[in-house]
Amino acid sequence: MKNFSWKLILVFAVIVAAVVYVLPTFEPGLWPHKQINLGLDLQGGMHLVLEVDTAKAVEGQVERIAQEIRDQLRKERLRKVSLNRIDGNKISATVQDPQILEKFNALLKNDFDFLKRTPRTEGGTSIIILEIPESEAENTKKLAVDQALETIRNRIDQFGVAEPDIRRQGEKRILIQLPGIKDPERAKDLIGRTALLEFKLVDDTLDVNAAVKGNVPAGREVLYRVEEDTDTGKVTKLPFLLKKRTLLTGANLTNARVDFDQFNIPFVSINFDKKGARDFERITGDNVNKRLAIVLDDTVASAPVIQEKIAGGQARITGDFTLDEAKDLAIVLRAGALPAPVNILEERTVGPSLGADSIRKGLISMLIGGILVVLFMIVYYKGAGIIADVALILNIILIAGGLAAAKATLTLPGIAGIILTIGMAVDANVIIFERIREELALGRTARAAVDAGYKRATLTILDANVTTLIAAVVLFQFGTGAVKGFAVTLSLGVIASLFTSLVLSRLIFDYILGGRKVKTLSI
Amino acid sequence: MRFIKPDINIDFVGRKKIAFLLSFACIAISFLSLIIHKGPRLGIDFAGGTLVQIKFTSPVRIDDIKSGLGNIGLGKSSVQQFGQQIDNEFLIRTEASYRGDEGFTTEIKKALQSFTEGEVEIRRVEMVGPQVGEDLRKKALFAMFYALLFITIYISGRFELKWILSGVVAAALIGAVYIFNLFNVSIPFLIGAALIVTLVIFWFLELKYAMGAIVALIHDVIITIGIFSLMDIEFTLPIIAALLTIIGYSLNDTIIVFDRIRENSRRYHKKPLAFIVNRSINETLGRTVLTSLTTLMVVVTLFMLGGGIIHDFAFALIIGVAVGTYSSIYVASPILLAWQNRGKK
Repeated sequence: MKNFSWKLILVFAVIVAAVVYVLPTFEPGLWPHKQINLGLDLQGGMHLVLEVDTAKAVEGQVERIAQEIRDQLRKERLRKVSLNRIDGNKISATVQDPQILEKFNALLKNDFDFLKRTPRTEGGTSIIILEIPESEAENTKKLAVDQALETIRNRIDQFGVAEPDIRRQGEKRILIQLPGIKDPERAKDLIGRTALLEFKLVDDTLDVNAAVKGNVPAGREVLYRVEEDTDTGKVTKLPFLLKKRTLLTGANLTNARVDFDQFNIPFVSINFDKKGARDFERITGDNVNKRLAIVLDDTVASAPVIQEKIAGGQARITGDFTLDEAKDLAIVLRAGALPAPVNILEERTVGPSLGADSIRKGLISMLIGGILVVLFMIVYYKGAGIIADVALILNIILIAGGLAAAKATLTLPGIAGIILTIGMAVDANVIIFERIREELALGRTARAAVDAGYKRATLTILDANVTTLIAAVVLFQFGTGAVKGFAVTLSLGVIASLFTSLVLSRLIFDYILGGRKVKTLSI
Repeated sequence: MRFIKPDINIDFVGRKKIAFLLSFACIAISFLSLIIHKGPRLGIDFAGGTLVQIKFTSPVRIDDIKSGLGNIGLGKSSVQQFGQQIDNEFLIRTEASYRGDEGFTTEIKKALQSFTEGEVEIRRVEMVGPQVGEDLRKKALFAMFYALLFITIYISGRFELKWILSGVVAAALIGAVYIFNLFNVSIPFLIGAALIVTLVIFWFLELKYAMGAIVALIHDVIITIGIFSLMDIEFTLPIIAALLTIIGYSLNDTIIVFDRIRENSRRYHKKPLAFIVNRSINETLGRTVLTSLTTLMVVVTLFMLGGGIIHDFAFALIIGVAVGTYSSIYVASPILLAWQNRGKK
């Protein structure tokens, strides 16, 4: 009897623990434990996997270095050195004059010694290939992913999503989970856009039409402004011939917000930091009556004529923005540009109505399946069937408690896992009951039959469950998202059913057989 | 109440030839179907592509949807009814993993709105890029491989009660896989090779129970895959989960029968093995049928009421449970016998 009470306490403790964990799900705020997490497939939302194009980040860095070298050359009045970025991440420097070459080499040695130099001559012309070292490139790539993660987190925070989950996945991927998002397209646009803001001068002295035809002069580029007619939906592209040199970027912003002009049309007003304000004042002062293009991700947003020197570090970006577009632009400018473009590798979006449907259908299947099994057990095993049913119901409570305690996520396959467990949980009892029937048929007393039944079936039941558990654990290790939810509920179900069949139902049998002398068993 | 009488005595062993023929035929058909269909039909999880689930408030013809999609350059996408006809739900599938950056679904919605009076609701979008598809394919195969590996180790230890031997099996298996891996072979090949190595090891170490269990397992998985291929159902991540569950679950029945065979071997040690096997199957028949029945009850409920998303998953489980029950009676035990007979000749 001592053994009996010890088990009773264990069972009681387990049940109470499970109930404590489960209750907040049905009665939120009852005590401070969170509800069971629902997966995106049940509550609706968006799952995104992005890849940061880290090679582009390295190219950007190389381009900046080339620009620095050019600036340095200008400062030291070294002409006739042509610098070009080749193969994406190398700089090729071509020098004709040996005297200049000597000075150029000295300059490189002094200020850019970290670059790997590979010189060669080609018919009297010296060509030096400059490369950033591998470790530096790796570092840039790593930083790019970190920074992208941070920027995206900022953007999503400002956009306002309840409980977003943003994390790094592998070397250069970012996993984003946005539960309950209403406008997935807009969110995707907000997350995925590079938002590189650049100020460049428009070159009106040269013919833009010739450049469009492919004859782009050195140091110039053609970018377009895209206009969409809101009535007809017709898209027109207006070309601009720009000086390639970037005068100022969005990195020098301190704030960006939506404002309205006198016609109530939204625009984005930006504030520069100290350096940005100083540069902007100088740029506008030097280029009065020229046009300054505001370029966003290689598209011209607008290109107003500079009327006068602008001090104070404020500017406005106008364009055909809707209010949402202006708001989103302000968010991405505040959060900063991505260090490199990102590509969407995987997207899974579930609308809230489908999620609710899935919950409803999942619960109905669980209920009907459960009732079928419960009825079957009573019809087939009578009294013992009721014991199995009690164990089954407890089993489900234990799974729910386990889900809440482990802070696991319940997904649609997860619900399927619970349903499957309902069928499998009674299996253990079936194995025991059949064995007890066999022992009874051999003429044993009720007590002896139950003892023998449990004793002989225990190992078999353990084995049968271990193999399922192996499969579930492997699945958990390799599975993603929704499938992982299945592995979780299946594992919990297997463990719970071991407990309910081997400990709990045994306890009930012991209780029935314990007090009085029982001759017959309802089985 | 009892379905199976305690004194039941069906001559399972006597019919093993018919069962073998049936199993062989099923496996042959499975392979044939896989060859004709050029491998299993992969869903977007593994092949990459885009899937959009849409719901209309009023009835719509599939041809209208197709022509609507044709207008925005998606004419090649497959469109199929999803769930019940009255739901007006459809699945659109395109091979292109992604088109452009923004407005893809908005575009689809606009294109479909043009020919229906009612509302168009985009309920689900799944896009898997080719890279992720390849990753998931690899992951799924590795999951299958490791599940088989661990279960093999467990069975060889448990059924034979020789854990040291099972350690040897594990080491040999891991060694073999490591060597194969050096040659950079594809994962399906690796799984096949690992299975053959397993069977050879079992053969030489005379682990007859483990052999029977593993053969039954392979049998179940091949036939389930074959039926999916025959019915042209897609392989998705949940289906792989179902296959793994089948691998774990189909062993349950086999374990019950094998445990009884061992128990009976001690009790009737003078009788021939054929008698013992047959008796054991009959004694445990009630259990085998009942456990499968309760599991089938819930999976069939899930199949009928669980909705379109979980439909194929439930179907895989139904087949797996059914085939698994059959194989524990007609495949696993007869292999044990075949082995014994081979020793006598």
